[in-house]
Amino acid sequence: MEFRDYLYAFLIGGGICVIGQLLMSYTNLTPARILVLFVTVGVFLAAFGLYEPLVKLAGAGATIPLTGFGYALGKGAIEAAGENGVLGAFTGGVIATAGGIAAAVFFGALNAIIFKPKTKK
Amino acid sequence: MTNKKPATKQELEYQQLVSERAPKSKVLAQCVKAFLSGGLICCIGQLFRDFARLCLHLGETDVASFTAIVMVFLGAMLTGVGVYDRIGSWAGAGSVVPITGFANSIVSPAMEFRPEGFVLGLGAKLFSIAGPVLVYGIGASIVVGLVSLLF
Repeated sequence: MEFRDYLYAFLIGGGICVIGQLLMSYTNLTPARILVLFVTVGVFLAAFGLYEPLVKLAGAGATIPLTGFGYALGKGAIEAAGENGVLGAFTGGVIATAGGIAAAVFFGALNAIIFKPKTKK
Repeated sequence: MTNKKPATKQELEYQQLVSERAPKSKVLAQCVKAFLSGGLICCIGQLFRDFARLCLHLGETDVASFTAIVMVFLGAMLTGVGVYDRIGSWAGAGSVVPITGFANSIVSPAMEFRPEGFVLGLGAKLFSIAGPVLVYGIGASIVVGLVSLLF
């Protein structure tokens, strides 16, 4: 737990969000498309080994943005493919991200059951 | 304005300058907000990463899973109580791009369409944005995994 870790997490994480903001401001991409785009780009960045250095440098700054979710998917699939071949290519990505996906479905449903939508401005 | 003499060159230049600057500064301001809020959310994530690594002594993959689960929980909870949408109206992409935004994109439509039933309302709309994300994310991971076998 060092200050440097948090500095890089802030800078890289913020920087990735700025890329998202520029896309939203200049291309009228909806947030849904941004999410899909970032995850898919993350998968391919992982495949080419381009995202790994960013994770090493920035920690959560690279893993918390959705590109990091894609990175975990891609890295998991490639590593599992190396061990189990075709079967691993199918199972690896989801296994590596199972915690996040399961939590999203579970907490998503739970909160939607508990809370009523607030009126939007 | 109609009967006035045509705008001088200087006036035209000025108008052009205004139209160039006005939206740009808005975009710049929004980018600064996205940077600050996105960076802050990642620092909160880093806090949980360090907690998992140093206090719970988890391995690297478990640290990633733990952090993702906690951040998704926070994003879903804050969306449920109506706070995340208020953060989002200030933060823009700073609240969309982090994984908390993914959680938000799951809870928001599920909550909104719950009156249409627990199966086709809540259950189906839960995936209205998460569905495409998982389709293309998991799809791409399988493609990448299969291609990696060729090398």
